[in-house]
Amino acid sequence: MRDLLSSYRIEARLAVVLALICVGLSIAAPQFATLPNATSLLNNSAVNLIWAVGLLVVLIAGGIDISFAVASSVVQYVAAKMLMGIGGGNWVLGFLFCGCLGILLGLLNAWLIHGFRIISIVVTIATFNAFFGLLMFFSGGRNIYSLPDWWTARIFIFEHENAQGVWSELTLSVAVMIACVVATWALIRRTNIGRQLYAFGDNPEGARRAGVNIAVMQGVAFGWMGLMAGIAGLCQVNIVKEVVPNALYGRELDVLAAVVLGGARLGGGKGTILGCVLGVMFVAITQNGLNLLGVSPFAFQMIIGAAILIAISTSNIDLSQILRKTETRQ
Amino acid sequence: MTTAPAERFALRLHKVSKAFGGVQALNAVDFEVRAGEVHCLAGENGCGKSTLIKVVTGVHRPESADLIELFGQPVDRITPVQAREMGVSVIWQDLALFPHMSVAENIAFDDLVGLRPRSVRYGQMKARAAEVLDRLGVRMDLAAPLHSLPIAQRQVVAIARALMNDARLIFMDEPTASLTQSETDRLLDIVRKLSAEGVAIVFVSHRLAEVLEIAERVTVVRDGNLVGVYPTQGMTQARLGELMTGHLIENQVSARDLPDAPVAFQAKGLSRHGEFSDINLTIKAGEVVGLTGLIGAGRTELAHVMMGMRRADSGQMTLNGATYRPTSARAAIEQGMAYVSEDRLSLGLLQKQSIADNTVISVLRKLTTAAGLISETRKADLVAHWIKQMGVKIGLPQDAISTLSGGNQQKVVLAKWLATAPRLLILDSPTVGVDVGARAGIFRIVRQLAEDGLAILLISDEVTEVMHHADRIMHMADGRIVQEYDPRRITVPQLEERIYA
Repeated sequence: MRDLLSSYRIEARLAVVLALICVGLSIAAPQFATLPNATSLLNNSAVNLIWAVGLLVVLIAGGIDISFAVASSVVQYVAAKMLMGIGGGNWVLGFLFCGCLGILLGLLNAWLIHGFRIISIVVTIATFNAFFGLLMFFSGGRNIYSLPDWWTARIFIFEHENAQGVWSELTLSVAVMIACVVATWALIRRTNIGRQLYAFGDNPEGARRAGVNIAVMQGVAFGWMGLMAGIAGLCQVNIVKEVVPNALYGRELDVLAAVVLGGARLGGGKGTILGCVLGVMFVAITQNGLNLLGVSPFAFQMIIGAAILIAISTSNIDLSQILRKTETRQ
Repeated sequence: MTTAPAERFALRLHKVSKAFGGVQALNAVDFEVRAGEVHCLAGENGCGKSTLIKVVTGVHRPESADLIELFGQPVDRITPVQAREMGVSVIWQDLALFPHMSVAENIAFDDLVGLRPRSVRYGQMKARAAEVLDRLGVRMDLAAPLHSLPIAQRQVVAIARALMNDARLIFMDEPTASLTQSETDRLLDIVRKLSAEGVAIVFVSHRLAEVLEIAERVTVVRDGNLVGVYPTQGMTQARLGELMTGHLIENQVSARDLPDAPVAFQAKGLSRHGEFSDINLTIKAGEVVGLTGLIGAGRTELAHVMMGMRRADSGQMTLNGATYRPTSARAAIEQGMAYVSEDRLSLGLLQKQSIADNTVISVLRKLTTAAGLISETRKADLVAHWIKQMGVKIGLPQDAISTLSGGNQQKVVLAKWLATAPRLLILDSPTVGVDVGARAGIFRIVRQLAEDGLAILLISDEVTEVMHHADRIMHMADGRIVQEYDPRRITVPQLEERIYA
C-alpha cells in the first residue's frame, strides 16, 4: 500500500483533493450531486478526455503537441465535405475516415520533428497555425449544417428519467471516450511499444543505444495523438450537430494544463492514464461547480488558472522531507 | 555459465583501423580478451579506447580490419543488436538507464525492444530481474524508480541488465568514477564473481590502483596506436602511467616544511551536530594540507562550513589572523576563500556556456564599467591570461565548456576560482574522472600555486594523491581528525591500512 502510494503520489493527492471538492460542492450546491448533472458533466468532458489521453502519449514520449485541437477541426471539415460528396456514408466509414485523416496529420508532425530535428513545440505551433490558416481560408469561416443524418443523430448508451421527469442520458461520445481511455491504457501500460515510448521520453540517448527505433516511436506517439484528434473531431460534431471551423481553436492549452496537472512530466518518461483522467475531471468539476454556485464565467478562467498553478507548484513538495528537516534542526 | 574449451578468446581484433575526418582514431590496433578474463583497457582521454569499444559493439564500422572474432566466430559486419545477441554488452559511463522506470523494468528493458507488438508481463519481468540480482548477490527494491537509488546501485542495475542479455563479454567504461572506496570494493567483488563464472570483462578506468588490483592483463593504447599488452603482475602505477602518457610521471612525496610561513587559516574546536566535532586545523600560507578518510567521515561537510554554506554549531575560525565567521558562500569568497567542488560537472561549471563565460563568472563585478555593464575587453584579457596560465587546451574561448576534456574542464574551474585571488583554496576530490596525464597537469598547477604562497586544503579519497602532493596529511574518521601524518614518515600501504582498517 505504501509502495502504491509513493509511486502514484500525484494521482493519490489529486484524487483526495478532487474528492474534497466533490464533497464541498455537494453541500454548497444541491444540484451538483445529482444524476443529471453527473451525466452532463461526462458528456461535456468526453472530447477533452479523448484529446487528453492522446496528448498523454506524446508527453510520455518526450514531446508536446499544440496542434491537436485545430487538427480535429480540419478533420471535421474535410470529413464533412468528403462524406457528403460520396453520398453520406455511415458510422464505420466516419470512424475510418476521421481516424486515418487524424493519423496523417499526426504523422506529418512526427515527420517534421524527426526528419528535420526540430523540437516538437516549434513544429506543432507552426502546424497549429498552418492547419488553422488553411481551414479558415478554404471554409471562409462558414459553418457547415448539412451533415449526414447518422452523424447528427442522438444516440444514447444510457437513459433514465427521474420522478420530476428530468432525463439523464449518456451520449455515444462517452462510450467512445471510454474505449479511447482503455485503448491508450493498454498501449502505454501493457505493450512493449508503450514501454519503449516511456524509455524514449525518459532517456532518448539510452533508448537509442538499446536499439529502440526512434523514428517509429515519434510516429506512434504523434500518430496516436492524431487518431485521438480525429475521433474527438467526429464526436464533437455528433454533440453539437454542426461543423464550426473555429469552435475548437484555443482548447489545446486547457487540455495540456489538465494533463500536466495529472502528473505527466513535460520532459517525458512519466505520466499515467489515471492521473490524466483525474486532471481533466479536476478542471471540469471545478468549472461545473463554479457554474452551479453562480460565479461569473469571467472568474472561471482565473480560478481554474490559479488552481492549476497551486496544484502544480505544490506537487513537487515532499512532505516527508519537510518533516525530516524540522527534525534535524531541533 | 561454463565456457567451451575451444573458446579460448572472447574477442580477437587484428589490425583494426578507424579514422574520423583527418584524425586516425585507431591505427592497426590488435586487441585480445580471453574468455573469463578481467582485462583493462588503459590510455588517456581521446586515445581511442571508446572508438575501440564502439567498433566491437557495431556502433562504428572500421575502415579496415584483418580479423574481428567474437567467441571464436569471425564476424564480418556487426550491428549493435547482433553484438548484443552474441553476448557483448557495454556499460557506458552515463549508464544509459531510464530514471523514471522501476529497477525491474530497467534490468529487463532489452526484452521490450523491437517493433513486433507484444504484451508486457510485469510479474515475469520482476522474477527475471530478481533472479539476476540474486546471481550478483545483491538485494534491491525492484519496484523503486531508478532515480531514487544512489549511483553505486544504479551501476549494479546496469550490470544486471547486461547479464540479463546473457552477456559473456562486458565492457565497463569508467564504472568507478563516481563511487566511494567501499562501493568500488563491492563493485570489484561483483566483477571477480562474474569473471569466475566465465564472463570476460574489459575494464576502463582512470584509477590505476584499481586497474592493477582487478585486471589480469592490461592493454595500453596511446594516440590510436597499440603500445602493448602487459600482465599486471609486477606492474607499478608509475610504469603504467608512463606507458599511457609516453613520459615519466613524477609521483614522489613532495612534502616540505614551512616553519616560517604565517598561518593562513585556523579552526579551533569546530563542530556541527551529526557531521563533525572538535576539528582543530591549521593551514599555513603556501602549504598543501591533505584531508583524507572514508566517505561520510565529514570531509565535505567541513569544507561547506569553511565556505559559509552551512553554519558551525560551535568553535572558531580565523583567516589571516582575523576572526572568520562567514554567513554565506559569497561572504566567504569576498574574504578570500575558494572552493572547487566535488561534483565539478554539475555544480562547478555551466556546461552549455562558453569557456570565457565560465572563467569570469565569479569575478563579474570586477569587470563592470562605470555604466554597470560588462567590459568585453577586460573580460577577454582576463580569459586570455588564465588560459595561458593554466595551459588549457582549447579551440576558441567562445566554445562551450562541454567541448573540453575532463582535465581541461577542471583547469577552467581552477581558473574561475583563482580569478577571485583567494587566500585559501579548497580542492574537493579534484581528479575524479580525470586521466593520468591531466592529473599531473593539475597537480603541477597546485604545486605552483602553493609555491606562490596560496594555502591549499586538498580533500581526496585516493591515498596516493595526498601522499604525493600534500605537505601534511590529516586523517578524518567519523567526524573527527584522528591523526596527522607526515608523508615522508609513512608509506602508502601503511596509510591505506589505517584508513580502511
